[in-house]
Amino acid sequence: MAEAASGHPPILELSEVAKSFGPVLALRSGRLEVGPGSIHALVGENGAGKSTLVKVIAGVYRRDGGGFRFRGADVDFGSTGESKNAGIAVIYQEPTLFPDLSVTENIFMGRQPTRSGRRIDYPAMYAEAERIFGRLGVAIDPRRIADGLSIADQQIIEIAKAISLDATLLVMDEPTAALSSVEAERLFTIARALRDEGRAVVFISHRLEEVFGLCDTVTVMRDGAYVGTRAIAETSTDEVVSLMVGREVADLFPKAEAAIGDVVLEVDGLTAAGEFHDIGLTVRAGEIVGLAGLVGAGRSEIARAVFGVDGYDAGSVRMNGVPVPPRSPRASIRAGMALVPEDRRQQGLVIDQSVARNVSAAIRGRLTTLGLLLGRAENRVAAPWAGRLEVKTSALDMDASTMSGGNQQKVAIAKWLATEPKLLIIDEPTRGIDVGTKSEVHRLLSDLAGRGMAVLMISSELQEVLGMADRVYVVCEGRITAELGRDEATPDAVMHAATHVGGHLAGATHADEKVLA
Amino acid sequence: MTDLLVRPTSESARQRLVKGALRSREIAVFVILVALIAVATVRSPNFLVGSDGWRDLLVTPSILLLLAIGQTVVIITRNVDLSVGSTVGLTAYLVGRLFVDQPGIPIVVVALIGMLFGAALGLVNGVLVAFGRVPALVVTLGTMYIYRGVFLEWAGSDRINAGDMPSGFLRLGTEQFLTIPVLTLVALVMLVIVGYCLRSLRWGRELYAIGSDPAAARLYGLPVTRRVLGAFVICGALAGLAGVFYAARYGTVSSGAGRNLELEAVAAAVIGGVAIFGGSGTVWGAAIGAFLLVTIDRVLPILGIPDFWQRAVVGGLIIGAVALDRVLSLRRERQLRQARDDARSGS
Repeated sequence: MAEAASGHPPILELSEVAKSFGPVLALRSGRLEVGPGSIHALVGENGAGKSTLVKVIAGVYRRDGGGFRFRGADVDFGSTGESKNAGIAVIYQEPTLFPDLSVTENIFMGRQPTRSGRRIDYPAMYAEAERIFGRLGVAIDPRRIADGLSIADQQIIEIAKAISLDATLLVMDEPTAALSSVEAERLFTIARALRDEGRAVVFISHRLEEVFGLCDTVTVMRDGAYVGTRAIAETSTDEVVSLMVGREVADLFPKAEAAIGDVVLEVDGLTAAGEFHDIGLTVRAGEIVGLAGLVGAGRSEIARAVFGVDGYDAGSVRMNGVPVPPRSPRASIRAGMALVPEDRRQQGLVIDQSVARNVSAAIRGRLTTLGLLLGRAENRVAAPWAGRLEVKTSALDMDASTMSGGNQQKVAIAKWLATEPKLLIIDEPTRGIDVGTKSEVHRLLSDLAGRGMAVLMISSELQEVLGMADRVYVVCEGRITAELGRDEATPDAVMHAATHVGGHLAGATHADEKVLA
Repeated sequence: MTDLLVRPTSESARQRLVKGALRSREIAVFVILVALIAVATVRSPNFLVGSDGWRDLLVTPSILLLLAIGQTVVIITRNVDLSVGSTVGLTAYLVGRLFVDQPGIPIVVVALIGMLFGAALGLVNGVLVAFGRVPALVVTLGTMYIYRGVFLEWAGSDRINAGDMPSGFLRLGTEQFLTIPVLTLVALVMLVIVGYCLRSLRWGRELYAIGSDPAAARLYGLPVTRRVLGAFVICGALAGLAGVFYAARYGTVSSGAGRNLELEAVAAAVIGGVAIFGGSGTVWGAAIGAFLLVTIDRVLPILGIPDFWQRAVVGGLIIGAVALDRVLSLRRERQLRQARDDARSGS
């Protein structure tokens, strides 16, 4: 292995780390060994336990068991402050900035340079921030507030934090998920520079081409446990994928053939300034249409505008040829649309209420007797749906919050199926759902399409899109950059369209093909 | 290039200062205050020019000034303290009792005891909010009634009269130093101290960070619990000092003392540009807001505006201030979005 070859003792050693939340075992036996001057990839499917492991390293969670050594000493961090003081900097999936404060204050909060009388030395602080930005090769005004920064620039601020901290270990949890290829490349340059200074970098990503382009070692996790560690030079994408998945990809996505009918949804020229431009798409009965792209490309925004949650500046939405008025979810529901949002807990469900109440929520108006809503009526409506979706819940009056992610998702879907929609828009259907339940959700979607429902599915998981969709639209920076049929939709084609607007950066295609094949 | 969305400003420090001043809420509110005083003075010269007029203009807001400072410290952390009015009443009564029960007690000692007592009441709020993780609005609404209840139980039908307190103490309410009333001077000193801490000390900046995004502050490793606790203690101590002022200024303390002051303090902060969701605003703005609120109360009758409309004007001012914030932030958001669009299409 790379760190053994370099002869240096590892900086970070985790072994047999376990962490559970109540009955849910998030991490069974995590293992990770990272040497100095190394960029170490940590890969695995969603729910494999990567983020939990990161949070143990960061001191957000305390591990239930296992060994944790940092720079040769046993450590047990009780807070993020302790890990930070020890020299660990973590960049989380979602940047955590203080929007009201200047970017400089965001970098130095709690560690500002001071003059006599413990007074903050603002000029020195701005100068230091400018120096760090110069080193990173970015031009950000150190006095501007953090609010309104693009995700890429927010990540730069996070890295600047790590540099000012002089961290020995830098952990990046899916930093490129929302970045364009240019922005990601800039990030890699920085990561390599940090590595060359002898720091250790842990890099988490779903994009294997990045892992193979940037890292020297890769550790694979599956279902909360360590699977294996390989030197990048001695392994292949095929090997890593098979370690990650542990089974054939085809089994996961049981899309059945369905008769494709008439056009149900027709979107034309939809534009909202700053969000998306000139979006045109159609979804037919019995068809599953994938909306692929990077996080932050504007896919959810398009879905929300189509459904009428948000407004748009130009364009039209038609259901079965009839225009749907903008900004009116009620009208959209009447026209036969349903939207299962990405964030189940916040937007999809009333998490502290019963399954029955959740399922019947969207059709509540129809269930009233003399204006009163009876629990019996709710249960009557909910029971068949919960049965059909195999929601594993002992009783319909159980709180949605106590169920697993997969079952919550089924309840969220059931709620909309109760409105008998013609079009189901579903945003990230399997995010945060364990692998077993994932295929149940997929089978359900496939079933619905088979019965003639039109499905518009937003997904960041390439395999999901490729496995499920009859047709794929790829969104990049608010524009549709490709429309691909099932046969044309290869990982290459989708990833290329997702990172390139209007044929820019065509030269990069070659590299993509090599690593994605 | 697509990746550089923000370029460093090429303006000089002076330009930045001028631009910042034009946008500053503090200056906008200050201009309104000055205009108000000017109008009142034209209508009735005694409002400003007479020695009483000058003194009243400065001394009347001093109690609200202290409360607005304390409230700002708490609001910045995305909390609120509704119990300060009751703290003022309770402390004012304690001060009176001290003079009655311990004749000859030094005034400085009484002032210190008042502040400590207020700080202790603030600590109770802080503990409940920081450790109980209960919203501050609910906690301090509860302690507002509890502190008021304790006051009623303790005082009974008793009240403190001017005769109960030493004349040296009561003179504080009217005494001046270089034409500036002593109470105002003390309040301004507090303002400068707190203003300095919030701007230039680490813990002061951490209060802003906590209010700006509490979850991020915890993830970042800031001592959130301790800082929130501290904010409530400062607010309580300043409310305690305000109680001492109350006794000195009015001479009598009855069970209604300090009622509704908590809402005026919140109003002063909001008018002065302190965001109710935390993270931004200064004590300077809140202080000017306090002056404006108290002065409006005194100016509107001079202008012959009926009672009902006086209240409505204050209400309008608050809603106007919040609406202005909203409009400005929406505009900024649009500009940033536009900038991002331009950067993209320019690629």
